[in-house]
Amino acid sequence: MIYDTLIAPFAEFAFMRRALVGTLALALGAGPVGVFLMLRRMSLVGDAMAHAILPGAAIGFLVSGLSLFAMTAGGLIAGFVIAVGAGVIARVTELKEDASLAAFFLISLAVGVTIVSLKGTNIDLLHFLFGSVLALDDHTLLLIAGITTLSVLVLAVIYRPLVLECVDPGFLRSVSRAGGPAHIAFLALVVMNLVGGFHALGTLLAVGVMMLPAVTARFWARDVTAMILIAVAAGAISGYAGLLVSFHLGAPSGPAIILVAGALYAVSVLVGRVGGVLRQIFPARHLEA
Amino acid sequence: MSAALAFDNLTLGYDRHPAVHHLHGEVKSGALIAVVGPNGAGKSTLFKGIVGMLKPLAGGIDLCGLRARDIAYLPQVADIDRTFPISVYDMVAMGLWRKAGLFGGIGKRERDKVRDAMLAVGLSGFEERPIGTLSGGQMQRTLFARLLLQDGRVVVLDEPFNAVDTKTAADLCDLVRRWHTEKRTVIAALHDLELVKSMFPEALLLAREPVAWGATKDVLTAENLLKARRMCEAFDEHAEACAA
Repeated sequence: MIYDTLIAPFAEFAFMRRALVGTLALALGAGPVGVFLMLRRMSLVGDAMAHAILPGAAIGFLVSGLSLFAMTAGGLIAGFVIAVGAGVIARVTELKEDASLAAFFLISLAVGVTIVSLKGTNIDLLHFLFGSVLALDDHTLLLIAGITTLSVLVLAVIYRPLVLECVDPGFLRSVSRAGGPAHIAFLALVVMNLVGGFHALGTLLAVGVMMLPAVTARFWARDVTAMILIAVAAGAISGYAGLLVSFHLGAPSGPAIILVAGALYAVSVLVGRVGGVLRQIFPARHLEA
Repeated sequence: MSAALAFDNLTLGYDRHPAVHHLHGEVKSGALIAVVGPNGAGKSTLFKGIVGMLKPLAGGIDLCGLRARDIAYLPQVADIDRTFPISVYDMVAMGLWRKAGLFGGIGKRERDKVRDAMLAVGLSGFEERPIGTLSGGQMQRTLFARLLLQDGRVVVLDEPFNAVDTKTAADLCDLVRRWHTEKRTVIAALHDLELVKSMFPEALLLAREPVAWGATKDVLTAENLLKARRMCEAFDEHAEACAA
């Protein structure tokens, strides 16, 4: 019974195994990135970036159809141009990062829609928005795994300046010039993980697997390292449980994964150890000192 | 004694309006200097210039072989996100950046140093506390511990004893004296003139223009202080270009 419910779907169907591997890889790559987005108060940046890569991927699609390479390249280029452009403008002018990003992604979206409509092609919008995690081929899996690997490695390199820049940017500037490059590298990671997630879950849900585990982790840890581990675990659980839910109930898989992540978040808001609602309503007795 | 810093007809400011005007002089290596002046006198601006956060409008600063990044700097208002989930220990350990950098290991010797620094500022036992739970004075102690670890030949302190109680101020003053005996160059902006007179052998009185610079008792005269107070603080929107 337990075997039938929890393991058999993956043991019997190759597409389920692929989907599981893909979502686990996404959780490992996107979780830590999401934690830093949240800590830098850039939670909505992921959403903006997801909109920004959409036109790039659409142009890739127009040029060469449903080609993995073209859509990935298009998404990456659009994402990088916007991330770097917004980052640079925020650093050299008075404009704050979120404002400059808003300007960029709106322009990108308009450019994308214009190009697509000029071509007069009707693209498969559902695929773009909600992906197809149950139809991951070898190349797409390799792409996602590669992005995750690169993402974890880069994060290891820029970890210290990234944390410093969140806590005390003035101090980092006074001891090192690593802040700027680390910031740009981090934005690149956001783009890469969104493009990876885009193939499996579509642009909208890719943000979900990045941000929901991160905001969930905030309710369970007071320390960045623990927060990252919890976010990865929450992402992995969402992927696994979401695929099972979708398998047994016949629900669409991408949204099922995000709904499980959303449920984890909702439970954490209620019973979370760090600032959860129940903890605030029924606080433990205060201490002696 | 050799110089640690030299100001060459230095003018610093914002949008072409000078906040420090034509400062000329040398800070000797190992000096203990108080920078005194009313609010808006240009003290913080001068410090930002020294650590390279502000480009001079004219003139220059010679760091005499140091890089701006080798100067340990405590800003007046640190832009610290106190909600960030990081412990006091890690916050202090940031002071090791120059040695450890991106990837350098933090071994037993470094951990001992962090512990010593926390002991020196009276924060032993606070290692695991998140920085969000610290009081203002404890935060200032934390920042001083980090400065200790930075091990800078030049230490720049912008109003370090603001909003801390007398006990904390006294403890932190001891650290400043310790830096002085270790032959480090210390430049601090202060408002407490009694403290300046008792502790700092040298003072610079600033009111946008340098008013006086030298031995503290010669600088902090009633006449000089009055002169400093009279100098206006506001920008003149329609000021002419400076000919000097």
